[in-house]
Amino acid sequence: MISQLFTEAVLIGILTSGIRLATPYLFASIGEMFGQRSGVLNLGVEGMMLMGAFAAFYVTLTTGSPWLGLLASILVGTLMGLAMAVISVTFQAEQGISGIGVYLFGLGMSELLFKKMLGTVETVSGFRPLAIPVLSDIPIIGPILFQQSAMVYLAYLLVPVAWFVLYRTTFGLKIRAVGENPAAADSLGVSVKRTRYMTVTLGGALAGVAGASLSIALLNVFQQNLTSGIGFIAVALVYFGGWRPYGVLFGALLFSMVNALQLWIQALNIPIPFDASELLIMMPYVLTILVLMFSAGRVRKPSALGAIYERGT
Amino acid sequence: MIDFLVRNPRLGRLFDLLLPLLATLAALAVGAIMLQLLGANPFVAYRALLEGAFGSQNALADTIVRATPLLLVGLGICIAFRAGVINIGGEGQFIAGALPATLLGLSFPDAPAIIIVPAALLCGFLGGAVWGSIPGLLKAYFNVNEILSTIMLNIIALQFMNFLLRGPMIDPVQLQAASAIPQTARLNPAFDLPRWVPTRLHAGALLAVALAVVVYILLWRTTIGYRIRAVGFNPDASRYAGINVKRNIVLALLLSGAFAGLAGAVQVYGVSHRMITDGSAAGFTGSAGFNGIVAALFGKLHPLGAIPASFIFGALIVGANSLQRAMQVPAALITALNGLVVVFVVCSDIFSRRLARRRQIGVVEVGSKGAGEQGGGGAGERPAAAANVGPPDSGGVKPAPPATAAKVSAPIKPVAPVAGKEASSD
Repeated sequence: MISQLFTEAVLIGILTSGIRLATPYLFASIGEMFGQRSGVLNLGVEGMMLMGAFAAFYVTLTTGSPWLGLLASILVGTLMGLAMAVISVTFQAEQGISGIGVYLFGLGMSELLFKKMLGTVETVSGFRPLAIPVLSDIPIIGPILFQQSAMVYLAYLLVPVAWFVLYRTTFGLKIRAVGENPAAADSLGVSVKRTRYMTVTLGGALAGVAGASLSIALLNVFQQNLTSGIGFIAVALVYFGGWRPYGVLFGALLFSMVNALQLWIQALNIPIPFDASELLIMMPYVLTILVLMFSAGRVRKPSALGAIYERGT
Repeated sequence: MIDFLVRNPRLGRLFDLLLPLLATLAALAVGAIMLQLLGANPFVAYRALLEGAFGSQNALADTIVRATPLLLVGLGICIAFRAGVINIGGEGQFIAGALPATLLGLSFPDAPAIIIVPAALLCGFLGGAVWGSIPGLLKAYFNVNEILSTIMLNIIALQFMNFLLRGPMIDPVQLQAASAIPQTARLNPAFDLPRWVPTRLHAGALLAVALAVVVYILLWRTTIGYRIRAVGFNPDASRYAGINVKRNIVLALLLSGAFAGLAGAVQVYGVSHRMITDGSAAGFTGSAGFNGIVAALFGKLHPLGAIPASFIFGALIVGANSLQRAMQVPAALITALNGLVVVFVVCSDIFSRRLARRRQIGVVEVGSKGAGEQGGGGAGERPAAAANVGPPDSGGVKPAPPATAAKVSAPIKPVAPVAGKEASSD
């Protein structure tokens, strides 16, 4: 019965998984947000996540240390981000399409490496839940918020840090200036190219971490196309969140909570009118479109998003 | 070198045409390095790939069969990208076309094939059109970025297909069996597209080539196509010229989806004769929705260019499978190489643009038909949402001078995929 959902244990379960499921979206979306605020649309996040996820998984499996795995994902993500920066900033390639190229590269490459270096699907002991002393003992809130893995805490910590960087540092001011009016920023001595290189590379590193959060914290496995669309949703969440860190947090949480809800409905075998788990899986995506419909008109995107900037044109 | 090319326009145009080939060679060179690292001799490997794709009558037929959906999807991509909208929704539109087409064939198993097959292909076309028009409407009237909405719609279409194939549309035989493979029953063999026995080559390939010519005529010889290209070339100028930008964006995405949907129907009636899912979109579409983009780009977004381009990528896909069999190199290598080709091709565009700028042409005639017509009051509308999201040139466009004459003139800008290709039309 539907009332099964409203027991304390189940509600805590839904909220706990909702908080946890938001992790990869937060890393990837916050990273993407930096790129977009500086004017670069990176559609290759999904490919970067896959590469990061594989690197983290492989290193964790061979060394036994998830921290080394995390480091590997940062390295790989940084390289992918740097490549995207070369493509979109130096070569001024069309960003939407080149992003698809980067995605296909990451998709194929991670599968290739996986098949050549591992071959079979195995599990790894990644980050374990880390109960925070005292706080985790608080009833209800404790298990929901403070018995998660280190990656989850890091993801939520990233949001205020991103806000601070974007709105309270010179670097953040430069990012916003370059994304709104590159010509004006340039005339004031801000290097458009260097700023975009930094944001896109940072976005790549965070996409790598987002992949790692899947392969060595949430799922502890790697398989081909592990991310299955999460990177694309992460891009959508940046629009959804109006290019602001807390907006992104809200979007990621909303999306993940709906996702957690549908997972629990399936897990509890709650009889819904007909057997349609696929229709439940659709819910978060339909919701995202609806929210985009009603928010897209109201939030202004960075003016220079997706535009090529060239001096003296 | 650029100076030399500027002084020799014919060589310059040749350079434009050769650029994607050069970019591909660069990607293949990277692939060779990767093969070497994987412990395979790149020359032997590429030979195995070529033989797998062209080595026999069957291999060649398979290559054409794999190229067919790429071409159909690619034709739609040409239309959308020419209008300045980026349609990433090929996968979902492919499914949205295949579903009603299959449903029709399953519902009337005893009807004459001469009616069912064309009707099914039409169903595929319309199904894709509906699925493609959704992101079009969302973009034109709700300012929703089409890249995002098409990605979401891909997942929604996939899940809807999985639901239908596991439930309402499942093969009754599978329902009895313990395995319960999520697939439909096989369509009546009478509905199979005519096939060139003994190969797998089917009539869908001919249809696709014929449609490439139709799309070429549509884009360059009709008012509809002229408007679509004008909107992609310069939305602001188009609006001043009285073209309804929003309506054309919806139309472009609708047509783009329709061709992907037709590809889905052709795939079912020509190759698989049923729908089957392994849970992923690629399991059914073979990633035609994405690879069609690659093929279209490679063909310089020209419908006729898409014909050889999709043939090449069909060959890569078929060749990759034999590469996997012969040398234990995972076929995923080709997915990665496809990605590199896309990246290299779009990156090489900068050289075309530089060349175009150095030719010192300030103004280009977009065309002379159609403009100045009553475009449904488009001139008075506020800037279309589309104009700001779509092509990279539009982000910082200054309002173009109002085009009062019958001609739309647009300043050449460093436009990525659309500009610079005008030359290929005449």
